[in-house]
Amino acid sequence: MNLKVNLAGVGLKNPVMTASGTFGSGAEYSDFVDLNQLGAVVTKGVANIPWEGNPTPRIAETYGGMLNAVGLQNPGMDVFAKRDIPFLKQYDTRIIVNVVGKTTEDYIEAVERLSNEAVDMLEINISCPNVKEGGIAFGQNAKAVEDITKAIKKVAKQPIIMKLSPNVTDIVEMAKAAEAGGADVLSLINTLTGMKIDIHKRKHVLANKTGGLSGPAIKPVAVRMVYQVSRGVNIPIIGMGGIMTAEDAIEFILAGATGVAVGTANFVNPCATMDIIHGIEEYMKKYHISDIKELIGSVE
Amino acid sequence: MMTRKISTTITRIDKLAQDVYSMWLKADSIVKEARSGQFVSLYCKDGSRLLPRPISICELDRMNGTLRLVYRILGEGTKEFSTLKEGDTIEIMGPLGNGFTLEGKKALLIGGGIGIPPMLELAKELSCEKQIVLGYRDELFLNNELEQYGKVYISTEDGSVGTKGNVIDAIRENNLDADMIFACGPTPMLKGIKAYAREYGIKAQLSLEERMACGIGACLACVCRSKEVDSHTHVHNKRICKEGPVFYAQEVEL
Repeated sequence: MNLKVNLAGVGLKNPVMTASGTFGSGAEYSDFVDLNQLGAVVTKGVANIPWEGNPTPRIAETYGGMLNAVGLQNPGMDVFAKRDIPFLKQYDTRIIVNVVGKTTEDYIEAVERLSNEAVDMLEINISCPNVKEGGIAFGQNAKAVEDITKAIKKVAKQPIIMKLSPNVTDIVEMAKAAEAGGADVLSLINTLTGMKIDIHKRKHVLANKTGGLSGPAIKPVAVRMVYQVSRGVNIPIIGMGGIMTAEDAIEFILAGATGVAVGTANFVNPCATMDIIHGIEEYMKKYHISDIKELIGSVE
Repeated sequence: MMTRKISTTITRIDKLAQDVYSMWLKADSIVKEARSGQFVSLYCKDGSRLLPRPISICELDRMNGTLRLVYRILGEGTKEFSTLKEGDTIEIMGPLGNGFTLEGKKALLIGGGIGIPPMLELAKELSCEKQIVLGYRDELFLNNELEQYGKVYISTEDGSVGTKGNVIDAIRENNLDADMIFACGPTPMLKGIKAYAREYGIKAQLSLEERMACGIGACLACVCRSKEVDSHTHVHNKRICKEGPVFYAQEVEL
């Protein structure tokens, strides 16, 4: 049985990876998860310099989901390169660094800093709904998506994954713009912008007022977007958005995803990624699938 | 310390007051490593409620490998827990966070509302002289159990028992002095205690609370403003679930 997949020339032992921001750089989960078994670890977003993030409360549970407005708190590239990359290098898994920025120059500086680091791919976050400048501003306009992709491709030594926002009218247009800019892979979807109000206090639950909705509540939207984008572009897709089980992951693969990322599920079940890998194997056994590539985009 | 997620069996349930429940869980592996001031995360069975509920440890029975949680119904998750029966199972993760540091010669243990439960295990573990100050809105709970570990002073908002007012009013009314304060309760109470401790030059350990997702330091949801740079991001955001929930008062901004 072959679970190996290929993303822009980078081979993964299986399609299961972590979704950025839900798994740190893996250290906190290493009590629960054998990182060696993961297809890849996608790190929490890191910028050229440290970011303090948003005020608290940063999190709110909603029906079948959660809102977060962490605001990309991160230690910046110096600490990350010195501490997190060497930590991940101890494991036999692919390292994908999620990169955030407020300006094009921020992204470029971070990507250049990573060019000599032993990481396999870079995932560029142009879709965070929780920071006022940068982030999503780059991801909601096709021209801006193409321009930032081009600018990053010029300096990047590793293959580039552009992470797209679902908070747009036509995600296929954004996906095509990223492809035109030279993106090697696409990640979708980031969180959907949402809000929760405490009716007893008549106040916003999140200090940031709005937050990004994740979890099973958004899965049908994500599956639909992966399906549409996979039929509109010729580059591979990492699908994510509410994957809790192997069945969910397989749905994304059938819709057209080559890789799948597990996010909010890590909070519900710290061993979720392991359970999903085993569940995919069980599914392949049951339906006599010898190579997972047979499943990618195979929905009829 | 190894953190585990395990399925536990409920060995005993008591209702202590309106909406306040006590629950004993069989959890040998967690009990073995846990100490006062730490917490566990409880998972709901209803799949529409994803996030675990962090609840502080009220008591540890190391002989029987059981731990006690006392919680108040505050939302749908705790409402679900309150419907569980003895013999039912529940998934929990723990032990989580850093607990109290056992120090001082004459201590003030201060609990406000649903911040009272962690004072019980702390009172058991502390060998020094203890004065226990408990603040309630109205209905009392755990006060009788705490009496065996030290003199208990009570404040109630309505003045029905003890000092009318809050825990600081009770401390002043009874002229209590100490060289160490341990406190858990709502943030306004902790702010008051921080100011009181500074006024009298008393060292204070405060147990903080914030909305959490992962409970293990990965998601960065439950940070507080700290004086020193934190070990994760190297800014001033210590994680309540990881570096906390107990901090020295001068270490955090409330």
